[in-house]
Amino acid sequence: MFKNFKHEKIETNAGLLLVLTMIAVSIGGLVEIAPLFFLKDTMENVAGVRPYTPLESRGRDIYIREGCYTCHSQMIRPFRDEQLRYGHYSLAAESKYDHPFQWGSKRTGPDLARVGGKYSNEWHVQHLIKPVSVVPESVMPNYLWLQETKLDVSDVGDRMRALRVTGVPYSANGEEYQRNVKQFGEAVAKTLHIPDALSNLVAQAQEGNFDGDRSSVSEMDAMVAYLQVLGTMVDFSKIKPEDLVKFR
Amino acid sequence: MSATSVAATEQYDYDIIKKFSVMAIVWAVVGMFVGVYIASELAWPFLNFDSPYISFGRFRPVHTGAVIFGFGGSALFATSYYVVQRTCQTRLFAPGLAAFTFWGWQAVIVLAALSYVTGFSQGREYAEMEWPIDLLILFVWVAYGAVFIGTLMQRKQPHIYVANWFYLSFILVTALLHTFNNIAVPVDLFSLKSYSLFSGAQDAMTQWWYGHNAVGFFLTSAFLGMMYYFVPKHAGRPVYSYRLSIVHFWALSFMYMWVGTHHLHWTALPDWASTLGATFSIMLLLPSWGGMINGIMTLSGAWDKLRTDPIMRFMIVALSFYGMSTFEGPLMSLKDVNALSHYTDWTVGHVHSGALGWVAMIAFGSLYHMIPKLWNTQMYSVKLINAHFWLATIGTLLYITAMWISGISQGLMWRAFDDFGNLQYSFVESVAAMHPFYAMRAIGGLFFLTGMSLMAYNVYKTIRQGVRDAESAQAYSAAATA
Repeated sequence: MFKNFKHEKIETNAGLLLVLTMIAVSIGGLVEIAPLFFLKDTMENVAGVRPYTPLESRGRDIYIREGCYTCHSQMIRPFRDEQLRYGHYSLAAESKYDHPFQWGSKRTGPDLARVGGKYSNEWHVQHLIKPVSVVPESVMPNYLWLQETKLDVSDVGDRMRALRVTGVPYSANGEEYQRNVKQFGEAVAKTLHIPDALSNLVAQAQEGNFDGDRSSVSEMDAMVAYLQVLGTMVDFSKIKPEDLVKFR
Repeated sequence: MSATSVAATEQYDYDIIKKFSVMAIVWAVVGMFVGVYIASELAWPFLNFDSPYISFGRFRPVHTGAVIFGFGGSALFATSYYVVQRTCQTRLFAPGLAAFTFWGWQAVIVLAALSYVTGFSQGREYAEMEWPIDLLILFVWVAYGAVFIGTLMQRKQPHIYVANWFYLSFILVTALLHTFNNIAVPVDLFSLKSYSLFSGAQDAMTQWWYGHNAVGFFLTSAFLGMMYYFVPKHAGRPVYSYRLSIVHFWALSFMYMWVGTHHLHWTALPDWASTLGATFSIMLLLPSWGGMINGIMTLSGAWDKLRTDPIMRFMIVALSFYGMSTFEGPLMSLKDVNALSHYTDWTVGHVHSGALGWVAMIAFGSLYHMIPKLWNTQMYSVKLINAHFWLATIGTLLYITAMWISGISQGLMWRAFDDFGNLQYSFVESVAAMHPFYAMRAIGGLFFLTGMSLMAYNVYKTIRQGVRDAESAQAYSAAATA
């Protein structure tokens, strides 16, 4: 068959050229992407990872809107220096509810995968309003408008419904709610219930008082709530390192 | 209505190519200006002016969108329509659809830029466009494919010239990547906001499969197509080796699609996937250099032209940067090198040695060759082309040198330990240490932008000259017949 083959056949037949090119370029993606959806050792099975609450999720929307990923990664690599600087290396499971992922590709600023709980709310507010006031050498822009802008909560339910379609286990009915109670416990399951999204959001902002102003919910509230949850869901004191190694 | 009657009697459909050429230059100036601006924001942060619209995070995709899709995309539409008509010796199939690709594509660039500054982004690099813009891109792309393939089908030549293989693979792959990487669920039909269907590791995999092949096919294969037409044409010599072009075309098309995972070394993506990506990245050196060698050897024998012809200089320097970047790329895909280089400015420098050195320079050379032919005239000033060449070359060198130094310093500072086993530097010390290199990078960019502005002026004068000559010729013939 190949004996009589001449490349000229392809060069003189647009349809053949098209089909063969399509085959050549499809294989790589198929081999690398498709298995990730069914190989079990792609993602660790660790306790604690849960979907974001409505307030955290809105904070994440703002993180994406402002393009924070252009300067900050959220993916700690398994090196000694990164362990010392940022904490335990990131697990695949920790971003399993991240639509889209925000691992980033550049660290003009530091990694944020485990920034949660590292600084106080006041520090974050101050830092976002004027970074050089707490880190004099910083080149980060001032995000004044987060504090001044009221958080748009009109479509918080719709946003959760869209995320539910992508596979995030937000509950839209009693049955799904019960499933979440079983999986995440009652306290968490309540925050994932779409019909209560707005009241949950306001309650968390009130209780957390992220921006230091309880009178209204600002974008700053949402942003800080999101930053403060980053990397805090998994309790690494309860996990043996050897259980994680096989996922590497 | 004389203009249309002239167009209808032309051998080829040049009108659409003229439009795309002009917009390629406009977007280059705009996109490079925004690039210099955001580079300056990193060196002198007061330039953010506390404005949400031009803050670095929102402005950066405006730069990448305008240069990749605005400048690069328009240059590819222009040259592919030019090359496919001339090598197939036929006019464009479905000129109406071709016109739609022009207006649709320009709308995409404008809408994307507006959406970023007002805060709509998918948050995935080079795929920041939200879903309505993605749909528009899809329609434009299907139309582009129809025009290009339709033109191939009605060719008057039995052979499909090698440049068209590369353009074809770029069109097919871009459709494939764009479609699968942008599957998202909109919040509702009247909301611009959407969420990616995939999450975490799968989303990262899909995104960098897209991200690297946007480089591989949009910025490499397609520009190789450009190279395969304009370099032999301008040198007045045949392609050095037809056999080599066959081998490296198939190898490049097959291998490029595997390498995206080298952007995810040491991350939570399974190791087998990124190792596979690294392996193919190393192998990719061969077909990449196959293209470079074929281009450079085509020019050999015409070396004397380098002394007098700055367009030829653009082409040879472009090929040299292509060879350099495609050597640096496999090097950076090695896991040990990547452990140092990832997350640093080295990556930014690598991208720009490809984007400024290869993509922009081969596009400049091709546009300088093509534009006078479109308007049936000569370039207004060869001296200005020469000045552009030197500004672009010096600018590129300044840029990548600055990023090499800052990237490697960052990598070394982050992993430095003192005698007691503690981290030697706080993160912000590495930020402060980068200031001189960020300033140097901005200056390099400014050189490149200045050269680009000279090109815009030169092309403007050339077009005016072409239009005037055509008008006076028409007046002359009208007077003669009267």
